[in-house]
Amino acid sequence: MKPIKSYDIVIIGGGPAGLAAAAGSRQNGAERILILERDGVLGGILNQCIHNGFGLHTFKEELTGPEYAARFIAQVKDMDIEYKLNTMVMNISSDKKILAINRQDGMFEIQAQAVILAMGCRERSRGALNIPGFRPAGIYSAGTAQRLVNMEGLMPGKEVVILGSGDIGLIMARRMTLEGAKVKVVAEVMPYSGGLKRNIVQCLDDYGIPLKLSHTVIDIDGRERVRGVTLAQVDENRRVIEGTEEYIPCDTLLLSVGLIPENELSDQLALEMVPATSGPAVNERLETSLAGVFACGNVLHVHDLVDDVTQEALLAGKHAAAYVDAGAKESDMLSLIELKGTDGVRYTVPRYINPLKMEDTLTVRFRVEDVFENQFISVYLGDERIQHLKKRVLAPGEMEEIKLKKEILLAVQNPEIMTIKVEEG
Amino acid sequence: MYDVVIIGAGVTGSAVARELSRYEMNICVVEKEEDVCCGTSKANSGIVHAGFDARPGSLKAGLNVQGSRKMARLARELDIPYRQNGSIVICFEEAKLGELERLKSNGQANGVSGLEIITGTRMKGIEPNISSRVKGLLYVPSGAIICPFKLTMALAENANVNGVEFKFDTGVSGIEKIASGYLLTTSCGMIKTRSVVNAAGVYADTFHNMVSDDKIEILARKGEYCLLDKKAGNFIERTVFQLPTRLGKGVLVTPTVHGNLLIGPTAYDTPDKEGTQTTAAGVREVIMKAGLSADDLPLRQVITSFAGLRAHAAHDDFIIGEVEGAEGFFDVAGIESPGLSSAPAIGEMVADLVVKKYQPVKKKRFIAERRDVVGIAGKSMDEINQLIQNCPEYGNVICRCESITEGEILDAIHRPLGAKSLDGVKRRTRAGMGRCQSGFCAPGVIEILARERKLDRLEITKSGRESKMLSGYDKDQL
Amino acid sequence: MEKREMTCIGCPLGCTLTVRLMDGAVQEVTGNSCKRGEEYALEECSNPIRIVTTSIPLSDGRMLSVKTEQGIPKALIIPCMRALKGLQIEAPVRLGEVVVRDVAGTGINVIATRDVA
Repeated sequence: MKPIKSYDIVIIGGGPAGLAAAAGSRQNGAERILILERDGVLGGILNQCIHNGFGLHTFKEELTGPEYAARFIAQVKDMDIEYKLNTMVMNISSDKKILAINRQDGMFEIQAQAVILAMGCRERSRGALNIPGFRPAGIYSAGTAQRLVNMEGLMPGKEVVILGSGDIGLIMARRMTLEGAKVKVVAEVMPYSGGLKRNIVQCLDDYGIPLKLSHTVIDIDGRERVRGVTLAQVDENRRVIEGTEEYIPCDTLLLSVGLIPENELSDQLALEMVPATSGPAVNERLETSLAGVFACGNVLHVHDLVDDVTQEALLAGKHAAAYVDAGAKESDMLSLIELKGTDGVRYTVPRYINPLKMEDTLTVRFRVEDVFENQFISVYLGDERIQHLKKRVLAPGEMEEIKLKKEILLAVQNPEIMTIKVEEG
Repeated sequence: MYDVVIIGAGVTGSAVARELSRYEMNICVVEKEEDVCCGTSKANSGIVHAGFDARPGSLKAGLNVQGSRKMARLARELDIPYRQNGSIVICFEEAKLGELERLKSNGQANGVSGLEIITGTRMKGIEPNISSRVKGLLYVPSGAIICPFKLTMALAENANVNGVEFKFDTGVSGIEKIASGYLLTTSCGMIKTRSVVNAAGVYADTFHNMVSDDKIEILARKGEYCLLDKKAGNFIERTVFQLPTRLGKGVLVTPTVHGNLLIGPTAYDTPDKEGTQTTAAGVREVIMKAGLSADDLPLRQVITSFAGLRAHAAHDDFIIGEVEGAEGFFDVAGIESPGLSSAPAIGEMVADLVVKKYQPVKKKRFIAERRDVVGIAGKSMDEINQLIQNCPEYGNVICRCESITEGEILDAIHRPLGAKSLDGVKRRTRAGMGRCQSGFCAPGVIEILARERKLDRLEITKSGRESKMLSGYDKDQL
Repeated sequence: MEKREMTCIGCPLGCTLTVRLMDGAVQEVTGNSCKRGEEYALEECSNPIRIVTTSIPLSDGRMLSVKTEQGIPKALIIPCMRALKGLQIEAPVRLGEVVVRDVAGTGINVIATRDVA
């Protein structure tokens, strides 16, 4: 039996969240830190995001994904933080024993004082959407196609239809075009695009690729390889409108239809989960329902900007270090305040706040469930409205944040519900 | 010149091949697809039926019950995932309880044991999550679940190891009676054989009708299914049937032997014998009907849907036997449900017919056992480290959802009748069957297949022939 | 007098800009939240440019992510991609290293966006 190695903090995932969490841990005094990464390189999803647009908030300049990752990889190396590559974490027990596997070490166990979940997210598949039709070759999620094109130099197809106008779908529309494919159309089931407006310009308009809102794929043709798809218009209830069917010949269907946190390990730990995010519920220190297990980045909730991931992860690292420093005891899990998103707000991160344990300022991130124009974001503590902010535009595809001040929340003596909602006036 | 050519490498053809491989005969299985188990055998419920619903005296009844009795032993011999979880048939109306009684008597007439009608509070003891609207159920303890891919694969591999040749991508387009037997025109040349076993699934009528004026018709009866995430797998323990209809056993809800939940199938006849596409209406019907069987079925956890075509013969029974006027031509046709369950018995029955006719010598050495693809799932840390020590590729996880390593994929590729495509790897290892549906593992599997089969990655297919995964390299088309 | 509306692509905000032009020359830009927006509008109306990112194969089969050091004229995006077709790079490469000089006659270099050992 091999002896079990012990670490202060073990970080699951070496992408932007894991890297920043490691830095945040070290900056706050943690000594024995280990990053476990399943790919052959650090950087996570940023390695395949070779396009521009990252880091404006963090570095005041726009970087490509790999360039952004490089800064944090350099930091991890400078800080002498240990990491293992090509290593898959198979299991985490509630007493923070981590079971992982790789070719060199075989299957091995590690004891952690604190764990930071930073596994990122995965894509919803065709199967999960039950798109009818055959099951030919040529159907890929946009992210898998991105990996093939950008990191393996392989093209999934020549004539492409993309379902989903979130940023990944838009980016891949441009990517495929630049590498020589013909992107015929991007279809989006909602009446608005889920991606950034800049991406509509530089990914679709620049290349004359049409965007069909309120459209979806209702059939896939081709027994062995995609031969075509049938698009149809949908109504406000996303029901197909009869007579609007249109057959589009193509050999490839890319799906950009939703991201879901990689929650296998979170489920294994039986963490309290938030249905609206499919990620774990956390408190003001990004700690999950299991003391000493923290979560940050896309595994907690899917982000739009990597800068937000970095900020969130630095904090998670900081708090994990503080947890270890304080003796890795069962935290005071009492949370006086429970945050709820209502009336247009789909979810909030964090979900619980213990004012005694929060920083002076706490950033609460949230998403709305529809497009709102010229409305207010209101924060209520019990019945008292403590914030009322005018917002010109609110959209599901754009994560929002508000800041809460510790001094205001310290006044709370008894358990309270804090609601964040959209209000008209 | 072969002694026997078997048309079709599904579960039926493979079962017959395995049984015949006990004898000194020159046997070849011809299969139009690129691999074993590409037709009905890969798109069914994976249930080993007890045999209570077939008409007493029919081939279906006899062979189902026999097959069901032989399956546990076969699963041990050939290392196939199998579990006797028991089935129940539920009924929602007091007035229909009589139908359950009828089914019970029918089952008893077929030789099925342990049948019991249960009502009232005892029902929850058999299946806790059953719908609260259920008035009574027929409990069938001998019902079981099995992996249909691994069953078919195991039978075929074992046949191959015992000397049976398999020709893939070999479609038969003509059969001519000649003096010494039959001359088959195939896409890979002419084949001469003494006898033919027609196990061609939905196309069995095509081949029968080439040698006989007494025409038969096989209808393709489509069934659509939805597969639910393993997180939903514990929801139900028994295989839950609703009362059977004219078209078949109806929509069922069952755990799979791998831990998923499976719901389906529908049943409607289609003229298209290649029509395995799912439909919006079909999937809706599956979800609606399945939802009747249990309260709060976690129907949002669907990870994929698929469709299979059953080979249905008009008179509702298997067609097994030497064709009159076509000596040496043996039909094994109309093998719809309970075809999978009956496979071991069908294999023996058809082999007996052939052996009786040609009196071949029995082999002195028949390799009866076969090991499944070796993987890490369910093994202890020590066992896994032993694997990794002998083969470091067992430390490289390729499919995260199902915990499939490169070592296992290598096993799947290099064993007899090894995998050649992504679907081939998928059926042998489960890589790609998880909740991300090969989103993560596809690039890795493509690379491994290309390397091991000494092919360019551009040549790797999903399921053979034209189903190439990739179209070219970046910038090729600029 | 011409009025054009466009979305600024300078940053993720994507401000909607309104540009007033006279005889093709920009008179006024409104709707921008920062200086970059104004610059973008001027550029977009006279000589629209884009930074192009792509991947180039290394001789050992790995892919190297690259970008044009600055924006190149929009009309030269596909010619730029064609100019990179068939190219292969030798490792090692440093982040920021020039891998192609003056791509497609734009006067702009293509640089590596990652280190490769």
